[in-house]
Amino acid sequence: MSTPRHIDSVEHAAATPEVKLPYQELGVTDSEYQEIINLLGRRPTSGELAMYSVMWSEHCSYKSSKVHLRQFGQKMTESMKKNLMVGMGQNAGVVDVGEGWAVTFKIESHNHPSYIEPFQGAATGVGGIVRDIISMGARPIGVMDALRFGAIDHPDTARVVPGVVSGISFYGNCLGLPNIGGETWFDSSYQKNPLVNALAVGVMRHEDIHLANAKGAGNKVVLFGARTGGDGIGGASILASETFGDDGRPAKRPAVQVGDPFAEKVLIECCLELFEKDLVEAIQDLGAAGISCATSELAANGDTGMVVELDKVLLRDDTLTAEEILMSESQERMMAIVKPELLERFLEVTGKWEVDTSVLGDVTDDGRLIINWHGETIVDVDPKTVAIDSPVYNRPMERPSWLDALQADTIHTRERDNTSAGVMDQIRSVLSHANLQAATWITNQYDHYVLGNTAMATPDDAGMLRVDEESGLGVALATDANGRYGQLDPRQGAALALAESYRNVASTGATPVAISDCLNYGSPENPEVMWQFAEAVTGLADACVALDVPVTGGNVSLYNQTGETPIHPTPVVATMGIIDDVARRLPSGWQDDGENIYLLGTTGLELDGSIWADAIHSHLGGMPPKVDFDHEKALAELLSSAAHEGLVTSAHDLSTGGLIQSLTEACLRRHVGARIWLSELQERDGIDTVTALFSESQGRVLVSVAREDDVKFQGLCAGRGIPVLRVGVTDATQGALDIADVGVFDLDELHSLHESRLPEAFGPLVGGRA
Amino acid sequence: MRVGVVTFPGSLDDRDALRAVRLAGHEPVALWHQEHDLHSVDAIVLPGGFSYGDYLRCGAIAARSPIMADIIDAAGKGVPVLGICNGFQILMEAGLLPGGLIGNDHGQFICRDQELVVENTDTRWTAGFQDNQHIVIPLKNGEGGYIADEETLKRVEGEGLVTFRYVGINPNGSLHDIAGLRNESGTVVGLMPHPEHAVEEGFGPDTDQAMRNGTDGLTFFTSLALEGVLR
Repeated sequence: MSTPRHIDSVEHAAATPEVKLPYQELGVTDSEYQEIINLLGRRPTSGELAMYSVMWSEHCSYKSSKVHLRQFGQKMTESMKKNLMVGMGQNAGVVDVGEGWAVTFKIESHNHPSYIEPFQGAATGVGGIVRDIISMGARPIGVMDALRFGAIDHPDTARVVPGVVSGISFYGNCLGLPNIGGETWFDSSYQKNPLVNALAVGVMRHEDIHLANAKGAGNKVVLFGARTGGDGIGGASILASETFGDDGRPAKRPAVQVGDPFAEKVLIECCLELFEKDLVEAIQDLGAAGISCATSELAANGDTGMVVELDKVLLRDDTLTAEEILMSESQERMMAIVKPELLERFLEVTGKWEVDTSVLGDVTDDGRLIINWHGETIVDVDPKTVAIDSPVYNRPMERPSWLDALQADTIHTRERDNTSAGVMDQIRSVLSHANLQAATWITNQYDHYVLGNTAMATPDDAGMLRVDEESGLGVALATDANGRYGQLDPRQGAALALAESYRNVASTGATPVAISDCLNYGSPENPEVMWQFAEAVTGLADACVALDVPVTGGNVSLYNQTGETPIHPTPVVATMGIIDDVARRLPSGWQDDGENIYLLGTTGLELDGSIWADAIHSHLGGMPPKVDFDHEKALAELLSSAAHEGLVTSAHDLSTGGLIQSLTEACLRRHVGARIWLSELQERDGIDTVTALFSESQGRVLVSVAREDDVKFQGLCAGRGIPVLRVGVTDATQGALDIADVGVFDLDELHSLHESRLPEAFGPLVGGRA
Repeated sequence: MRVGVVTFPGSLDDRDALRAVRLAGHEPVALWHQEHDLHSVDAIVLPGGFSYGDYLRCGAIAARSPIMADIIDAAGKGVPVLGICNGFQILMEAGLLPGGLIGNDHGQFICRDQELVVENTDTRWTAGFQDNQHIVIPLKNGEGGYIADEETLKRVEGEGLVTFRYVGINPNGSLHDIAGLRNESGTVVGLMPHPEHAVEEGFGPDTDQAMRNGTDGLTFFTSLALEGVLR
């Protein structure tokens, strides 16, 4: 039993202005605390302080990033808005994909919890993003994960990787959502701060879109799903222990949440039935900041108020204080606004799914969020001051003093070994680089079949899911970011992240239409990091305009540091594309013998920041590759037309690792080899062999074309002004990749170069070659 | 035929099983775990997933759900029942098939395109295969290791109850490479791999001909229509 405790009510707070609350321990600054006092006209109660502290945190309020993020909205053109049904600001953006279907998708970080407790941190990352998708009224149809870890051979990486992967596997598999792709990247800049960015995608009919706006005085505020427990509270325990003294309760509550995917699976089905029966006016998931966030955002977005009886919250642990209940980040909970006359039917549905449900209170029209506890009012605030009007900082920015020297330190002035034997050795080093390895060890642990709509998944360029079984309408999704490029030039790095994910989607034959972004950076209190962040937002916002794709939502994760050193700027961009029939998708590997292999785009001397520079010279310096957005757009249109007309039999984009990596992946996808010649490419583009194989020039795609379609395909390229050059033929008989004037690689050797590093570092690959 | 697919809380592949039934030309019927009503179906599929969260042993709680009493009854009267993955676990927990399933020997969840040999075509769910036909269907599980005591193993082998065996790779440490079993009469069949994920070109396992083109799983469902095949 909990001992009765003194309640810090609004009345008590007004009468005791001298009481000092431990706001600094909750991350609230002196000036922010003063601002709260100004807003309330008195000191906050401990419950109010709990709410403001979490809602005004960097994580929830975007107080350091907001001034920069505005660019995404300000730069958006009418053309970018044309398919956008719901933009930034809601739980997730929604895009019209045609035929009456809408798709919602979003990528979000769960970085810090995943370092402390990799399994639960990653698992709840998946759970949280999936609830964002449900909140929009959609059925979730897939997940992806963009992962960044420390050096592959560091002992702590062997702790973090298996934990994160099994957490994602456990949660995603138990939810019955196919995991269709993502990325894995190793770099010591993430050693003490891995990045776990999870993406979820869902579909709904246009008329089923739901928003998190509490409207209609008298409507009921209903909390349903898992019971509220003491997990994910972290700092809030300070309020209880320091203000009110120790009474045998745990002095500190765990900061990391604990996930139960079964509860979430049942919650998904329950929500979908509630939507189908039209029993919900508005809905919001409970993630960061729990009930504090859900109540204040619902009321603020709806321009209303709310009265909530906190005693009605169903608890797992009855020793929780009011402040802890307000801040608890227990998973698998949702808050709905329900018309009183529909409440009974609502409860029938939650009863059918055996989902715990409690009616907490009512929507009001007085613009106040009032929360009562044990008969006393402990919160009485304007919800907008909590959820919307949080502090906005114009933090100092400064171009890093080291950047000029770094950019001047190009690898291009070093001598390159273009002898056959030398190139063979370089190929082996590059292909076995940790960041070019097959993800099989990871994706083997993910279910990519469930729901029966997976048209493409890793190792294809993008994941692709069928949306409509009748027409074959589908969506393709790819995530990308290269922290090395970001470190060399944060603005260009962000543009490159978009260019690559855009091209990955285009390589499947889909047309890219929208993006979600997860911006991972160091501490905003470091002016150099703030400058990197601002540069990246500008780069990404401008690139979005150039490629005509809007940002639909996403998140910002700051304070990602390994010790005092910020991570490499890592703007993960997830691009979503539409394909009118997934049967027309372009495979990423070769299938048949004797088809011509064409390289689209041109290759320049762009080895700075490349995998080759790292693998051969352990070098990071110079300027990242250039991007030509008009070319990227034309290339995407060409691939879409070619897919539509059935002119190409496969397409695979070139990115990190350059041509050699794409050739290897295209061979290994279906175990079909090729004979390649580089002489014409080298002559046309004026480059040496090393550059031809390892340069990371953008705007390039490798395609295979059946001989009978050769003329038509070349005509298509000429008509669209895309440089095209035949660089080889597929060879299904020799089982080898034969590069003229360089050498021959048996496909089994390529396979071992491409697949060995992860099993060596993290344990055997179950089932061997998958 | 009318083919029922049971949804338990935590069922994941129920929609896939309903689609497979439809693609095989049957009428799919959704069944709910709390009902004592089989809606006069002619055959029943227990789909994959994590019924009731698999909080106890996998399938143990589902085996005691209201609808399972009716299914055990119907199976006794010869109604064909197919248990896939979690459904296989449920059939064992319900005593309809012998043995048990434990965590994979390597300790990981595994999802892969798995080769199997169909060792017994005297069942309502495999009659459409050739004897000893090799097929590829997806496998995805965390607890798929087949175990049984010596005597039971001797019986399932001796009586020809082993219906599917893993080929090439044993992905979970199953004894005797056992991937699936039938009952004595060939009406009840259970297996760990997922035939319902290999029923439609473009969405199944890779084949030599094209990517994701495998439809070996469809034969499980079309076999149902082959009346009178049981010896």
